[in-house]
Amino acid sequence: MVNLALAWAEAYHELHPEISISVTGGGSGTGMAALINGSTDIANASRQMKDEELREAEHAGITPVEHVVALDAIAVVINPRNPIGELTIPQISDMYTGRIENWRDVGGEDRPIILASRESNSGTYMYFLENVVRRGDPENDDLFSPESLLLPSSEVIGLEVAHNPNAIGYDGLGYVTPAQKTVRVAVSKDGPFVAPSIDTVNDGTYPIARPLYIYTKGEPQGAIKDYLDWITSEDGQRIVAELGFVPLPGS
Amino acid sequence: MRIPALRQGTHWRAFFIEQLIRLTGVSAIAFVLLILLFLIKEGAPALVEVPLSNLMGQRWYPTFGIYGLLPLILGSLLVTVGAIAVSMPLGVATAVFIGEIAPEWVRDILKPSIEVIAGIPSVVIGFIGIQLVSPLVRQLSGAPTGLTALTGVLLLAYMALPTIISIAEDALDAVPQSYRNAAYALSATKWQTIWRVVLPAARPGIVTAVMLGVGRAIGETMTVMMVTGNAARMPLGLDAFLRPVRTMTATIAAEMGEVARGSTHYQVLFLVGLVLFVLTFVINLAAAVAIFRRERGGGGRFLA
Repeated sequence: MVNLALAWAEAYHELHPEISISVTGGGSGTGMAALINGSTDIANASRQMKDEELREAEHAGITPVEHVVALDAIAVVINPRNPIGELTIPQISDMYTGRIENWRDVGGEDRPIILASRESNSGTYMYFLENVVRRGDPENDDLFSPESLLLPSSEVIGLEVAHNPNAIGYDGLGYVTPAQKTVRVAVSKDGPFVAPSIDTVNDGTYPIARPLYIYTKGEPQGAIKDYLDWITSEDGQRIVAELGFVPLPGS
Repeated sequence: MRIPALRQGTHWRAFFIEQLIRLTGVSAIAFVLLILLFLIKEGAPALVEVPLSNLMGQRWYPTFGIYGLLPLILGSLLVTVGAIAVSMPLGVATAVFIGEIAPEWVRDILKPSIEVIAGIPSVVIGFIGIQLVSPLVRQLSGAPTGLTALTGVLLLAYMALPTIISIAEDALDAVPQSYRNAAYALSATKWQTIWRVVLPAARPGIVTAVMLGVGRAIGETMTVMMVTGNAARMPLGLDAFLRPVRTMTATIAAEMGEVARGSTHYQVLFLVGLVLFVLTFVINLAAAVAIFRRERGGGGRFLA
């Protein structure tokens, strides 16, 4: 969600030139670690804080407070030349664990499947692992196939999917470019198959969606509180929509 | 009276400069030792906390406590060996061309252009790799993806070339002209002179050039992380170059930002750094030993 954080920071800086906000990327884990060791005031995260991180924060004398600031859908993307239009979550799971290795087995062309994934420090990685690869089952301990490409950024995933007709990738809806094709997703083969969009995330029909968080040290005060209020206001949420994320309900 | 006073001053200055030089020399060694100590201090606890069977494993899932280092070590070795296999013959040949064959004006253009290559930031090379080299590798080789070890090999070879060429060329330059004259006087051809006289005489410098190239290749991070796909698979089998690979450097760079300080994962990443350090050290040591042996016993080749 680094592009969202950047867009907020830039727009807010134009409104309030006296406030400067510097944004660093690197994944949710990076932000949480920075919040805990005191090098940042605000940590953006696409997942909730883990128990381990909460313990560390406590150890460092910090009480992280969670704020939901936007919604996000994870789109499953393929090359536009790939004729596949829809996949079920079990099919995607079988692909990413390596149980299915050819597009033929999900009704496509006879091509090897190349799996593109984010690095394991990405909140998107954990979300996709828990909700798609493991099908939301806490007992399931499947892992990404060791053949999965672990790519350092959304841009690299986008490029690989756009260049390579064998590739399948996943990423936040906000990062999908026209050079990639989104797949309609269903929980099971009985459907319904739903394409990711602002509407289908808001009405809850798209199955791979999640909240995005901001963590602050204790209850936000002063400039940080003003910033957070602005983010959840109509102006802040308009930027959420402009970037292809999904605004909070009711804004 | 003036002369001893001046001597006294020169003496003190010489003493001061000598000590300064000694200090810089000793501090270089001290820094290397401190880095080693730091790596051991941060990384060694991993050897206690993670069972050896886990560390020697073939799977790397650090988020789930699976810390098999083998795919990472083999990945780094594969990419480095490949890069050197490509860049060593090319680099030495280019150095010979620049130093021995090319006319003055060609050399004046080539030398600075090669130094410019050395200055290209690795992230730019990585970007070129993703946009141009990787699609090309996929289309030409028929591999299922272009993010492969081979893509990394080609780009790393390109990055190691300027180092190898510059230093090998300096080594050729340092071979006394009288060696060449003597060879020509014995009616050796230009090629015989280069192959039998100049190259053997410059061998220690050329080995140093290749070793620095190895250092560049094994330590490179950004480019490798962008183009090799970073899949922690075991790079065995004939097609390993056409499959993705994950190196030790890319692993440290991708994961260090995320880990909690002092956690097991953090310690294992330092252990990876330690392995990288030891590996580089052993390679350099082997090269130094090789140069030493050749220098002692290599004189015969000139006479033959």
